[in-house]
Amino acid sequence: MIRVQKEDFDVGAELKALIERARADGAGIGGIVTFTGVVREFSSEAGYRGGPRQLTAMTLEHYPGMTQRQLADIEADARKRWPIDASLIIHRYGRLEPGDNIVLVITASAHRQAAFEANEFLVDWLKTKAPFWKQECGPGGETWVAAKASDDQMAERWIRKPAAKRSAAE
Amino acid sequence: MKLVYFAWLRERVGKAGETLTPPNDVTTVGALLDWLKAQGGGYAEALKDLSAVRVAVNQEYAGPEVQIGPNDEVALFPPVTGG
Repeated sequence: MIRVQKEDFDVGAELKALIERARADGAGIGGIVTFTGVVREFSSEAGYRGGPRQLTAMTLEHYPGMTQRQLADIEADARKRWPIDASLIIHRYGRLEPGDNIVLVITASAHRQAAFEANEFLVDWLKTKAPFWKQECGPGGETWVAAKASDDQMAERWIRKPAAKRSAAE
Repeated sequence: MKLVYFAWLRERVGKAGETLTPPNDVTTVGALLDWLKAQGGGYAEALKDLSAVRVAVNQEYAGPEVQIGPNDEVALFPPVTGG
């Protein structure tokens, strides 16, 4: 399930709802991995003007329509590669403040390895594929965050890595 | 052809989107980028470094070789930074 929204989300409530949905589907879940991305206090652009740059806000722009499409594709991909019984991706957009939730990715499977791997895969791919753009706001004005080559490398490793099989994970 | 722009590309072009009619020989993404760049002003500024420009045609990522026509929605944006 995917959701793109302006509103905040409640991690506990989302987790509970996902477990209930999976149980209703008759899934035998044994492990659930939850990743929450939040707005940092300081800019990721290290060394900016000689020191860390305190952020007052971050604005996330996205491409309505394509975002939903990309997230749905990435989720479908993960579910093809790993024996995932339930998954959820929520990505926020709009103006956020330090500490605010940005993204939630939950993956549930019979065994932990598939849940861990699929979760990492989803986060890596949404960072490099989902059409979102972060603009940081702090002293000195607004700056568009530059894409990181390290994020591309994190995503690319999944092209080679074989997915965990149901029997291999305990 | 419907064009949409995002993030700093939107700021440099100076608008979020527009409907344009490129010449008949502009049939690929690559040719469209070259033609837009040649329009000068904000377009030239936005498309100065094409390695920092990503393109989607009808909301799917597209390389320079992808064919485009008058009914397509073409989006230009910088590399994504979500997550």
